[in-house]
Amino acid sequence: MNWVYVAYAAAWAIHIVYFITLTRGYQRVRRDIEDLNRQ
Amino acid sequence: MKSFVIFALITLALLTFGLYQALVAAPTEATMGDVQRIFYYHLPSAIIAFLCFFANFGASVYYLAKRCPKSDAVAVATAEVGIVFCTVVLITGPLWARPVWGIWWTWDARLTSTLVLWLIYVSYLLLRRYSAAGQNPVLCAVLAIFGAVDVVFVYMSIRWFRTQHPAPVFGGGENSGIDPRMAHAVYWNLLAFSAMALLVIWLRYRLERLRQQVDEAHATRAIAGGSR
Repeated sequence: MNWVYVAYAAAWAIHIVYFITLTRGYQRVRRDIEDLNRQ
Repeated sequence: MKSFVIFALITLALLTFGLYQALVAAPTEATMGDVQRIFYYHLPSAIIAFLCFFANFGASVYYLAKRCPKSDAVAVATAEVGIVFCTVVLITGPLWARPVWGIWWTWDARLTSTLVLWLIYVSYLLLRRYSAAGQNPVLCAVLAIFGAVDVVFVYMSIRWFRTQHPAPVFGGGENSGIDPRMAHAVYWNLLAFSAMALLVIWLRYRLERLRQQVDEAHATRAIAGGSR
């Protein structure tokens, strides 16, 4: 069963890392929009 | 926003039920034992990766024909999410192969063509990231068409060649198919991961549209500043 847990954990780790990358992308764009509004 | 939250909660419930189906409800396979349960994440991820790459192909062709920024945003979103699911396939595959075949990897037709597919779409994203703006979406749309050809090859590889990778269990003709309880676990996980993929594609699409609008605003300001 260990291999199954490792595979499932790896799959979820990949999805979570991508989700974090996406969240950071949103934060960057929001900063860009604020900069544009300030100028 | 409210409907998005409701859809996200439904997706979470489906993923939880999919996990229950995979780990508890599905029976243990007779020859491989519990390690076969990797299949319930491996196969749905592969199907979703293929669907994402086909959607990327459709959006890319549409972009080449109409030069519509929305279709370019769909192309980026589906390519990225496709790569994420393809990465899951390439990680869970060797983790399944090691205890069953005794090796992590072999250069058989299915495995090699899947790795090539992953590399094509990684190069697609690198091209987007590092090439100069302007012709960038056009070059990527052309590359996406070549990527879609490999999707067909990956799908057909276990039908055309008989090597290490098992023959298809769904739609593989005579002697293919699995226990109905195993099939249920596959279908539930396919549904759950499809819902999750739709959710993430939507988020990535919205992000790309915002980026396009920011870039447009920067370009407009630069032109206005230059003409003064």
